Amino acid sequence: MKPKEALIAKPQIILSDGDIGSRPAHANLAPVEQKLSTAELVWGIGAVRKTLIILILAVLWQTYAVYLDNPLLFPTLSDTITTLIDRFADGTLPARIGTTLKVLLMGYAAGTLLAALLTVLAINTRIGTDFLETMTAMFNPLPAISLLPLALIWFGLGTPSLVFVLVHSVLWAVALNTHSGFLGVSRTLRMVGANYGLTGFSYVTRILIPAAFPSILTGLKIGWAFAWRTLIAAELVFGVSSGQGGLGWFIFENRNLLDIPAVFAGLLTVIAIGLTVENLVFQTIERRTIRKWGMKE
Amino acid sequence: MSWPAFERHVSQHEAIKMSETAVSGTMRGPGGARSPLLTVDNVTLRYKTPSLLVTATEDVSFNVARSDRFVLLGPSGCGKSTLLKGVGGYMKPAAGSICINGRPVTKPGPDRMMVFQEFDQLMPWKTVLQNVMFPLVVARKLSQKQASDIARAYIDKVKLTRAIDSYPHTLSGGMKQRVAIARGMAMQPDILLMDEPFAALDALTRRQMQDELLQLWDDTKFTVIFVTHSIAEAIKISNRILLLSPHPGRVKAEVVNVDRASMGDGSAADLEREIHNLLFSEQVRSGATS
Repeated sequence: MKPKEALIAKPQIILSDGDIGSRPAHANLAPVEQKLSTAELVWGIGAVRKTLIILILAVLWQTYAVYLDNPLLFPTLSDTITTLIDRFADGTLPARIGTTLKVLLMGYAAGTLLAALLTVLAINTRIGTDFLETMTAMFNPLPAISLLPLALIWFGLGTPSLVFVLVHSVLWAVALNTHSGFLGVSRTLRMVGANYGLTGFSYVTRILIPAAFPSILTGLKIGWAFAWRTLIAAELVFGVSSGQGGLGWFIFENRNLLDIPAVFAGLLTVIAIGLTVENLVFQTIERRTIRKWGMKE
Repeated sequence: MSWPAFERHVSQHEAIKMSETAVSGTMRGPGGARSPLLTVDNVTLRYKTPSLLVTATEDVSFNVARSDRFVLLGPSGCGKSTLLKGVGGYMKPAAGSICINGRPVTKPGPDRMMVFQEFDQLMPWKTVLQNVMFPLVVARKLSQKQASDIARAYIDKVKLTRAIDSYPHTLSGGMKQRVAIARGMAMQPDILLMDEPFAALDALTRRQMQDELLQLWDDTKFTVIFVTHSIAEAIKISNRILLLSPHPGRVKAEVVNVDRASMGDGSAADLEREIHNLLFSEQVRSGATS
């Protein structure tokens, strides 16, 4: 009985009529993929759309300033750009930018270094973790600039005070992100590292740091943003360090001289540097590392 | 001609004797020594959760000879993965001893390369080639040139040469597991430890990977301990199976000469049914009484 049944209903493979194998490859490619028009392609580029927005804003600025005709309140864009070029040519702005960036790099480097130390302490000992968590909870909500009056008393009028405030603005953001990045490294990857016999320093540098790099980079970005804003603000309060002020002081000074186009030129410079670092430096690092590695969408 | 033998463990001594005779009857790798490569002796493993001390395995003994394809099989909760971690050196036994080549296992090391189930075991910041080279450079202290040559050879073995400079996130799950296997094998460890390496793959890829693993074994006759909860996979891959019972994990039986079971004459299906009955007999019985 059984074999008979099997004869009647036997599993069978019935090939489809339009057997794919018999058709030439890519014969049906045209309807599946079609090129977009040039206009669509250009509009698809983010930079093009954003440039357009900036151009429109520039035109609005110029039109309104010409209509207002009050350079003390709102100078025209052309005035601002002329002043910007003049100040660059006579060496004032480059010198101010130099001063600002030098202090910034000192503070940023010191803050990052301290953050690294604190994080190493935190991942190795429980009391270190508690210390980091407590300190971060306390100081993260405190704007770094509010420490400036105190810093002035402790370190005097000069670079050390600025560096102190900068360290405070960088340290907690970087340490917090690095630490949570280390904690987030997957158990599997840790086990792989242990499997290779990696311990101590080589384990941290070869497994933990690259694996936590997305968080570390976020921390560095936030730290940079805090530091940049804090420094410009601090320089507005006092800029005379070793006889030369920075960008913030440049803005403050020119306001006192009622040279408003120069104030705008200073602001534009601050924006330009901020944009360059955030979009050029950090995005390049991001593209070459975590995006290439698929660790960030 | 020896058929798959299948016996309950009466005592630990009998178990060892049984598996040794089994090994002498089966295929052996070149230079296979008589003494077992790995001995696990009355091992009890415990781990802590925030509120509990869990006994994962209790009084488990087995040994693995060179070129064995040894499978730890059991339902979830039988401590098979924990046992593998013990052999890997990630856990210290609460009692008993684990020895490899006569040396006790105390910590993880490159003589026991692990292949995990998770796809994130590859380093996302390294290409396929760099991933395979990395342990050769850091653990075996080879030069870049030597490491690269060995790595390329093993990547070729797992048929990934065309993806050699790709980053892991661009690979499929099966390809990632192949990289992990190549990485483990390239180190030429004493034992390759595989913790459900194909569990996260789709069924078709899984079968393909099992075939490829067997082909690789035919090539190099490496020793492997393989953890799985699939009876069919265990029968397909292994020459010996250790059956574990759950809560806590104890040795229930050992199946030897599994490689003599064949798909063609139905002996594999018979063996599968027999193992299934044995693993679930207690549940059936307790279900009937309640």
